[in-house]
Amino acid sequence: MPADTTMTAGAATGAPEFQGPAAEAEGFWGFSRAQLAALGVMIVFLAVAPFFLYPVFLMKLLCFALFACAFNLLIGYVGLLSFGHAAYFGMGGYVAGHAAKVWGLSPELAIIAGAAAAALIGLPFGWLAIRRAGIYFAMITLALAQMVYFFCVQAPFTGGEDGIQAIPRGSLFGVVPLNSDMSMYWLVAGIFLAGFLLIHRIIHSPYGQVLKSIRENEPRAISLGYRTEDYKLMAFVLSATLAGVAGATKSLVFGIATLTDVHWSMSGEVVLMSLVGGLGTIFGPMVGAAVIVTMQNYLAEMGAWVTVIQGAIFVLCVMVFRRGLIGEIGNLLKVKL
Amino acid sequence: MDEIFGIPIPLLFGQLLLGLINGAFYAMLSLGLAIIFGLLNIINFTHGAQFMMGAFVAWMLLSLGSADAARIGLALLLLPLVVLLLDWLWLKLRLAQPIRLGLGVFVSAAWIAACFLENGGPVARALGAMFPNGLSYWWALLIGPIVVGASGVLLERLMIAQLYKLDHLYGLLLTFGVGLIIEGIFRNEFGSSGLPYRIPPELSGAWDLGFMFMPVYRGWVVLAALILCLATWLVIEKTRLGAYLRAATERAELVQAFGINVPLMITLTYGAGVALAAVGGVLAAPIYSVNPQMGVNLIIVVFAVVVIGGMGSILGSILVGFGLGVVEGLTKVFWPEASATVIFVIMAIVLLTRPAGLFGRA
Repeated sequence: MPADTTMTAGAATGAPEFQGPAAEAEGFWGFSRAQLAALGVMIVFLAVAPFFLYPVFLMKLLCFALFACAFNLLIGYVGLLSFGHAAYFGMGGYVAGHAAKVWGLSPELAIIAGAAAAALIGLPFGWLAIRRAGIYFAMITLALAQMVYFFCVQAPFTGGEDGIQAIPRGSLFGVVPLNSDMSMYWLVAGIFLAGFLLIHRIIHSPYGQVLKSIRENEPRAISLGYRTEDYKLMAFVLSATLAGVAGATKSLVFGIATLTDVHWSMSGEVVLMSLVGGLGTIFGPMVGAAVIVTMQNYLAEMGAWVTVIQGAIFVLCVMVFRRGLIGEIGNLLKVKL
Repeated sequence: MDEIFGIPIPLLFGQLLLGLINGAFYAMLSLGLAIIFGLLNIINFTHGAQFMMGAFVAWMLLSLGSADAARIGLALLLLPLVVLLLDWLWLKLRLAQPIRLGLGVFVSAAWIAACFLENGGPVARALGAMFPNGLSYWWALLIGPIVVGASGVLLERLMIAQLYKLDHLYGLLLTFGVGLIIEGIFRNEFGSSGLPYRIPPELSGAWDLGFMFMPVYRGWVVLAALILCLATWLVIEKTRLGAYLRAATERAELVQAFGINVPLMITLTYGAGVALAAVGGVLAAPIYSVNPQMGVNLIIVVFAVVVIGGMGSILGSILVGFGLGVVEGLTKVFWPEASATVIFVIMAIVLLTRPAGLFGRA
């Protein structure tokens, strides 16, 4: 559908980017030298931060960072703007909470259950939504997510307005108790790092190269014999699944799963996080999530002004700051981050 | 016979009427979205907030004499209109662009600062003194779309116009952000519980149709929406202006080459679409309670309506809007739990069978 334009990273980063095989071969595991350095900084931060900052805050940050990375997989590398990612995030949280509380599953199984639920919703939703691109794709994903929201309002297992409360953290593999925030933190950090590296691996695999070719020129990818629908659907399901992992982890961290996480404003928030950090950058969504979560934390008592500030950041990013924080830094240093 | 399929007739027709009213709003909003999309190629995410602003303007006009917040709010909302009028004047005086911009910023800053003076400043006090009993619903139907439409024109000129060269999704993100800002400000000032707006006395009461009572106001809303939608359709399909509009939708550059001021047309089209949303808001004020969230919840359903109808045809979006409202009303009778989701399910089915929408062009 050439009439439906998709958001290309060329437009997002302001520079045409072509990664030939030579660029791929450099560095370790598809990371360039600059990216390896950034990765090192990130890992050191993850290891040191809980000794200086409140672990629960950090865990929240990491859950949203994973959520934003999952969202960025679609917008940054396939060029599809999903405005309904809250559905997978929230549903993952609900199912994991239900599994841990009612079925008594251990945390790792509860998270897998949440991820599976998100994948199960993502499959039919993605299958429907990839029939259109661009603006229509955004509207369809938003509408489908709203359907999930109404389902969650009515379904008995979600607890309606109360949500699922007092979800036990349990013991990892039945042996490592997660009651202390520190032990939970290491689990969350591990999950985030695994998800982050998985996404990076996906992007730099041959499959990821096909995704990028679809983003740049879908008709051409089709003419080369790629079944682009299948590739897009798989990317959608992967993204939804990882969003589900993030939501499931969040519900275990806080012991609560509520309607907030399936609401459309959550879908807007994850768009904002990726936009602030930089669409189509590897480290951007994480930085964006950190900025937004920190802001919400400090401005929590300001009520509806938080919405106004978020809206203003949206406007600012779109008008003058389209590369996002990491995109701008990368542009200054002339590296891809 | 008082029942059809075991459903009491008054209940059935009551829900049908409610569905028709919701459908009227779906039709008006999706029509505005379709017009804007046709020329600007963006989905106006602010549409819900602009609908809500229309309702709030109605409330403010009525409460001019009684509530401080209404006076100050209206004084602030008049700013875009004032700026546009002054800018037009300065254009006539052949002032240079930077000077006009500077003057505009200065006037805006002074105006806003004045509204934070004691008792809402001179403008708010003058409004209160001139209209101690407020302005009625009928004035709101006229003033609401003008005030909100002017804010839309300003938004298009200052922000949206900068994004036409870029990917269309940036327009969506920008209007989403603007919608958040507007909604947040209104929530801060007026809370989220909602304000009452009484039905205008001329339209209160109900007709006895024999099988049910029909509140006059609800009949009026359906009628007004129908007239408005048909008038819009007539303008677009049957007038010269509409012909320019349709031509610009197909090939903007070519129309501009014929000497038609396409940028101005784009701006006015956006303003008109926004004004249509504001009329919807004024019509909705006596039915729904006037609250900051009234637009957002509606607009997501309207997006689904737009996907179902496809944005290729004006008449299509009107028909689909009303039709889906009725379907939703009927679902409320026969399967109440599904009434919130039925439109989204229909959207899924339409996407499976006709991805371009019922009236859309692929």
